[in-house]
Amino acid sequence: MSMDSFIIEALQVLLVIGLAPAFAGWVRTLKCWFQGRSTPGLFQPYRDLFKLFSKEVVLAYNASWIFRFTPYLLFGTAVLAGGIIPILSIDLPLAATADVIVLISLFAIARFFLALSGMDIGTAFGGMGSSREMMIASLAEPAMLMAIFTVSLVNKSTSLAEIVQVIYSGQLILRPSITFALIAFILIILAETGRIPVDNPATHLELTMIHEAMILEYSGRHLALIEWTSMMKLYLFVCLCIAAFAPWGIAVKGSLAALPAAFGFMVAKLGVAGLIIVLIETGLAKMRLFRVPEYLGVAFLLATLGMLSFFILD
Amino acid sequence: MNYDPITIALSSVVLLLGTALIAPLFRRSRNTLINISFILASIASFCVVAAGYYAVETAVVSTATLPIGLPGLPFHIRLDALAGFFLVVVGLLSFFVSIYSIGYVKGYAGHRSVTSLVVFYCLFIAGMLMVVLADDAFCFLVAWELMAAASYFLVMFENERAENRKAALLYLVVAHVGAIAILFAFGILAGFSSGDVFSGYTFDAMRKAEIPVYWATAAFFLSFLGFCAKAGVIPLHVWLPEAHPAAPSNVSALMSGVMLKTAIYGIIRVTFDIIHVFPWWWGSIVLTLGLISMVMGVLYALMQHDLKKLLAYHSVENIGIILVGIGLSMIFISFKLPLLAALGLIAGLYHTINHAVFKGLLFMGAGAVLHATGERNMEEMGGLIHKMPWTAAMFLVACLSISALPPFNGFVSEWLTFQAFLLSPALPNRILILLIPLGAALLALSGALAAACFVKAFGVTFLGHWRGHHRPHVHEVDWTMRAGMVMAGVTCLLLGILPTIFIDWVDVIAEQFVGSTISLSASQYGWMWLTPVSYERASYSGIIVFIGILVVVAAAYALLHVKPGMIRRSHIWDCGFQKINSRMQYNATSFAQPIRRIFGFLFRIRESVEQAPHAGHKAFPKKITYYLSVKDRIWKWLYKPIVDSSFWLSRQAGRLQQGRIQTYLLYSFITILALLVFLR
Repeated sequence: MSMDSFIIEALQVLLVIGLAPAFAGWVRTLKCWFQGRSTPGLFQPYRDLFKLFSKEVVLAYNASWIFRFTPYLLFGTAVLAGGIIPILSIDLPLAATADVIVLISLFAIARFFLALSGMDIGTAFGGMGSSREMMIASLAEPAMLMAIFTVSLVNKSTSLAEIVQVIYSGQLILRPSITFALIAFILIILAETGRIPVDNPATHLELTMIHEAMILEYSGRHLALIEWTSMMKLYLFVCLCIAAFAPWGIAVKGSLAALPAAFGFMVAKLGVAGLIIVLIETGLAKMRLFRVPEYLGVAFLLATLGMLSFFILD
Repeated sequence: MNYDPITIALSSVVLLLGTALIAPLFRRSRNTLINISFILASIASFCVVAAGYYAVETAVVSTATLPIGLPGLPFHIRLDALAGFFLVVVGLLSFFVSIYSIGYVKGYAGHRSVTSLVVFYCLFIAGMLMVVLADDAFCFLVAWELMAAASYFLVMFENERAENRKAALLYLVVAHVGAIAILFAFGILAGFSSGDVFSGYTFDAMRKAEIPVYWATAAFFLSFLGFCAKAGVIPLHVWLPEAHPAAPSNVSALMSGVMLKTAIYGIIRVTFDIIHVFPWWWGSIVLTLGLISMVMGVLYALMQHDLKKLLAYHSVENIGIILVGIGLSMIFISFKLPLLAALGLIAGLYHTINHAVFKGLLFMGAGAVLHATGERNMEEMGGLIHKMPWTAAMFLVACLSISALPPFNGFVSEWLTFQAFLLSPALPNRILILLIPLGAALLALSGALAAACFVKAFGVTFLGHWRGHHRPHVHEVDWTMRAGMVMAGVTCLLLGILPTIFIDWVDVIAEQFVGSTISLSASQYGWMWLTPVSYERASYSGIIVFIGILVVVAAAYALLHVKPGMIRRSHIWDCGFQKINSRMQYNATSFAQPIRRIFGFLFRIRESVEQAPHAGHKAFPKKITYYLSVKDRIWKWLYKPIVDSSFWLSRQAGRLQQGRIQTYLLYSFITILALLVFLR
């Protein structure tokens, strides 16, 4: 571990915190273009966050400490995950803290608390959101782990840095197992981050909402932290996908010289990823809630096929 | 006086038995009785923890022969690393629960005499300790029966309720079917052991015996059946969700937390120690049953709205997870992969102690809620976090642990199990390679469903508004109960963030039974990093996750609170209708509705809605009634035919009884004739 790798670690965490709203803005902008609307610009999420941070917090009388603690915890898990996923470099001091399974569990602990705070105030919407979120999560998690397992069986490790290293040192082969896992993983990302066709991030006060229903009672800086975290979550899931399936361009050695190139690659890949998300979102309509299990079932099936084809073909 | 572990362990058992003996003397003064007996029980438990810890740490096997039992058949006692580990599991939770009980049992003041509770509580713990210490079939079965009988009386403690009596009877029946199976298994094993008739029943003789494969298989499956009946493995689980909630909550904590673990101990002892060479398909059957129990247990739990019943079903799930670890280990060792077998075994043992601690804590929390509100039905609860902050915080810790969320302990053992799953491609059997990873997906499913279930359990019980019709005076429980819970909660966290220390300690068991250790690789990079097989393969640092989250949370909080104030308390926003009330909240039934709809085909669900029409228009019904019944299909498929046929048989046999003396004389005459003919 050199001094450089610590600097890169810090830079990467700051980039996750700082760039996540821009990525969300990029996705929104693209979506506006595709739907023929004019855009509020790439930086609107920053303005939204700033506005929310400067507002006062209104809490219900019966809000408990869980309700107030949750936004900070969400933010904490996302920042920690941002330090673990190899985004700029694989030589990160924190990378060994958690492998992919731990990483997924970090998001699970955030979801656990968010669902609890949805039930804290005691409104019908909050409970509804929590119930649906936990249902979707419980189906998405096995599918996600199946996809991850396929990748880790191919690369003989569950540690992300190591997976990237193995992909790097091998030749570029299009394996059927990895392809299946990638498709499954993209489906899961849409479900986990609450995008169309599973949940619509743009809805508010609709009977179909899931994520928004849980956070309906939040305001002020609490809401700002939660919004920020969900932007970071989208960003991190895309980065996780890039690291597990297409890490080319990342800095293998922890030296500052390799950093600009790695940064350029990252921005380019995020741009493409945003485009893919928007293509899917504009092409599809939101599903009925009880269609979602079928959707996640397809993802699980694809991941399983990926694993079986690894054992049979590779 | 020497202080070797086996003496300390035996003295603790004697202390517990003595407490049970002297308890009736203090019948007059209830408080003295409770204080003295539970403090003695906690001292005994603590000594057991010390003895067990020392036995595992030094890995010295000590044996003793007690001059009790039948003439020529003395009790053999043995304390090795495995027994030591289970002594720690039993002792640790008994210690927490005994302190908790001081406050809890006082809650029965004025309702009933607690002497029987105290006596059987001590006998119950002593029975569990003796099961673990036993080194011959005779002593094992006597202790096993002591444990079963004592717990039967504890389940019967509140015997004025018909369902408690029914639950206790069911428990007794299943426990004895299991005990008979274990007796047969030991019979087979003893039959092949060398030596004279009077020493064949010791485990030592059984270990040395040369058993043909088919007899070993019969012995294994008989003992496995018996232990599964005790552990509540599906399909032998039906007694568990009835009996555990019926017992007083401190006893439920012990039954769910550690009594089930004696069955796990038995499985490991018989399989890895006594039989020790076995074909791979035994392991695959253990693994399959574990997976079924795991998923079905959590799904049943999700359907419950009785808090203690929900927790009892989660015991079925967690026993499943432990069996998955053990089953994987059995498969690996039968293919001569000792390192992977060690990983699976350690994962199973780790989950054993984790489940003991967090399930004990959960039942203690449920008991505190029951103590304070008099309610077990979650649909009548809500908002308790404001009235019972300590209980709520500790219950939350246990919920996080059992949902396998980092940095708490349940996560570490499930993570190790995942790693064991992912190493299955090393197996030489192609079908196993294809099928075993699907088990990992089921483990992920059950983990996620457990999280959903505990969001429901915590959210409905402690958050929101009070849902009940009448509002009891709710108070926080007294300091002894809080102390018991806080100690268990801290243990959950410690086991979660210091896994390498635990694995270093417990590794000697894996070395004895599968001939390999994982501690060399597991703590290769210092105590902070858990690297079960190799650094490249996977790594986890619970303490960095814990500290990392804390630091970021603190930093964000500090940064956002540079300017003070800016929080306004207000009424719930009700869209301007001003009609919001506590009946509009989601409750346990509605929370589980989406999952019930998806997995409903596994249950027998009857659902109906009745509307009482309003005089004006049918669109405005006066009252809507919703009926829901969720039943266990296994009861109908497996148990009901058995129950029906045994009733039919006894009715047929009942025809012999006519009540006329002539008929009975005829029976005697025929019997004598038959005896004379056949036994000339």
